[in-house]
Amino acid sequence: MADNEKLEQDFGAWNAKVEKANEKYPERKKQFVTGSNAPVNRVYTPLDQRGFEYQTQLGLPGEFPYTRGVQPTMYRGRFWTMRQYAGFGTAEESNARYKYLLEQGQTGLSVAFDLPTQIGYDSDHPLSEGEVGKVGVAIDSLADMEVLFDGIPLDKVSTSMTINAPAAVLLAMYIAVAEKQGVAPDALNGTIQNDILKEYIARGTYIFPPSPSMRLITDIFEYCSKQVPSWNTISISGYHIREAGSTAVQEVAFTLADGIAYVEAAIKAGLGVDDFAPRLSFFFNAHNDLFEEVAKFRAARRVWAHLMRDRFGAKNPKSWMLRFHTQTGGSTLTAQQPDNNIIRVTLQALAAVLGGTQSLHTNSRDEALALPTEEAVRIALRTQQIIAYESGSAETVDPLAGSYYVESLTDRIEKEVIAYIKRIDDLGGAVKAIEQGYVQQEIQDSAYSWQMDVEKSERIIVGLNKFQVRESAPKGLLRVDPEVGARQKQKLASLKSKRDAQAVENALGSLRAAARSSDNLMVPILDAVRVYATLGEICGVLREEFGEYKPNVMF
Amino acid sequence: MERKIRVLVAKPGLDGHDRGAKVIARSLRDAGMEVIYTGLRQTPEQIVSAAIQEDVDVIAMSILSGAHNHLFPRVVELLKEQGVDDVLVFGGGVIPEEDIPFLKSKGIAEVFGPGTPTSKTIDFIKANLKRALA
Repeated sequence: MADNEKLEQDFGAWNAKVEKANEKYPERKKQFVTGSNAPVNRVYTPLDQRGFEYQTQLGLPGEFPYTRGVQPTMYRGRFWTMRQYAGFGTAEESNARYKYLLEQGQTGLSVAFDLPTQIGYDSDHPLSEGEVGKVGVAIDSLADMEVLFDGIPLDKVSTSMTINAPAAVLLAMYIAVAEKQGVAPDALNGTIQNDILKEYIARGTYIFPPSPSMRLITDIFEYCSKQVPSWNTISISGYHIREAGSTAVQEVAFTLADGIAYVEAAIKAGLGVDDFAPRLSFFFNAHNDLFEEVAKFRAARRVWAHLMRDRFGAKNPKSWMLRFHTQTGGSTLTAQQPDNNIIRVTLQALAAVLGGTQSLHTNSRDEALALPTEEAVRIALRTQQIIAYESGSAETVDPLAGSYYVESLTDRIEKEVIAYIKRIDDLGGAVKAIEQGYVQQEIQDSAYSWQMDVEKSERIIVGLNKFQVRESAPKGLLRVDPEVGARQKQKLASLKSKRDAQAVENALGSLRAAARSSDNLMVPILDAVRVYATLGEICGVLREEFGEYKPNVMF
Repeated sequence: MERKIRVLVAKPGLDGHDRGAKVIARSLRDAGMEVIYTGLRQTPEQIVSAAIQEDVDVIAMSILSGAHNHLFPRVVELLKEQGVDDVLVFGGGVIPEEDIPFLKSKGIAEVFGPGTPTSKTIDFIKANLKRALA
């Protein structure tokens, strides 16, 4: 360590010199911090990496602990999946948008459902009034799903569906559409979000209380491990936790804590860890602090690999790998000077790529104002393509490894994430911590302090609290046709008059019986979907049997 | 002595994005107001009934789903039906600027978009209260 001793001396002398100069020519700020308010030193050197062990902390790409990535060749093999989250209006309109995106070179689909669908109400439910087709596509029954994927071969695309509380129903519909296309379930590729815990924490589209919700999730794990083996049965999501205002550390910590809760629930339900863990996937955010975000992804992989191998005793390396989708940060976009958002998205997308994401959604510049237009979505997709084909970032694996700064950030995030997980374990696990409001309160505190920093201009947002201009109202925003609700209601009424009412009644009866037993719910849900029972009817039976979640409201 | 301003922060509709609503609720509380937050998925009927029961001076609504043109005016209508005309009602969220004139014509006093400082909302409430505080 003679080298370090010499460096330590040199560093001390250098620091004294710089501090002295600093008195006369002070730095821009007294304290420098990351996007998540963690302190940043003036410079990082080997002194920050004392005790660093390459083999144990980083290892090689595709090998434990996967700090450098889950595949040996990463993007030299193939680029990440470019997957834009899309859906609005009716199934017909969304089908047209999907075909457009595939023509533009997108490589996977990502379905946005409207809020009634996400909460298990049909389009004719009183609470659906005004919401049908607004933030995603309206799906009431298999008939809508058939239209949504019309002309899209389900054995050729991978489809991600942002659906949580009623995930089992939408997955069943997808399987049923595939059957009609002649595609067997074991040929299907895709993901359902299916992450109820972060709905309680941050996203809000819950239906049932925790215990039956966890049962639905483990039923899906079990069913898919046998019938739909290539399907990602859950996408454990930090995205919405971050959007709700958390720091980067909290995003990873609360997501992995949720992951632990799902693994424990599945083991408790009798599944073997290596039977389901390889199909767990994750979903993270990418904000503007490039280096901190890259470090976040690397730290997340390392912590999860250790958890799965050491805490849960998983033997299959696929169970150790944290594979994730990334979406750029919606909450970082400004309604002011919206074209600037293109640059923010570029930085965030670059962070995701340098951090080794498996798939990526880039937000569109107009998303602080409305759903994106086709033109705005194209620029967002082009941003990914420019990073992939022109920036050189995809040509070698984990290019920032070995940076004193990035490795220091990675180590710090890892340490703080482990400390949070310990705290949540002490509270009795993620479900208990959520029921007590601990997780929500931590996030709200971060969100509030962020807002106050912005208002005091301690944090600068270009175009918002500095470099403002007078602007006229933006033109040409996407508007969802206000007649969607009426059209969807009409379709639903016509479906109900045409289908086999007796078959629907029988199927819903079997579902109710299964809900009262411990049978796997996927089977009766699939049977109900096939005879065109609606989403609202299926969720209605489950609401009656399971009750509804009542959140603990606080701020 | 002046009494405290009473505010109901409400989330009409089905969207679960309440970061903004909670930040607003907390900033109003820090500004010395009494704040009640309804939580998610409130119908206009529930919002109006909570407002009357809590005897609030202000209803501040947040919505990000796009259902504002349907839900905001309904709250004002229901208040009128109940004979309440001295409650200040305003909203915020992801709301296109071209919808604002319509909402104002329906009795929504103001609509705040993304990036609005909380201090602006606080000043707005103080300047536009319809009831006396003394």
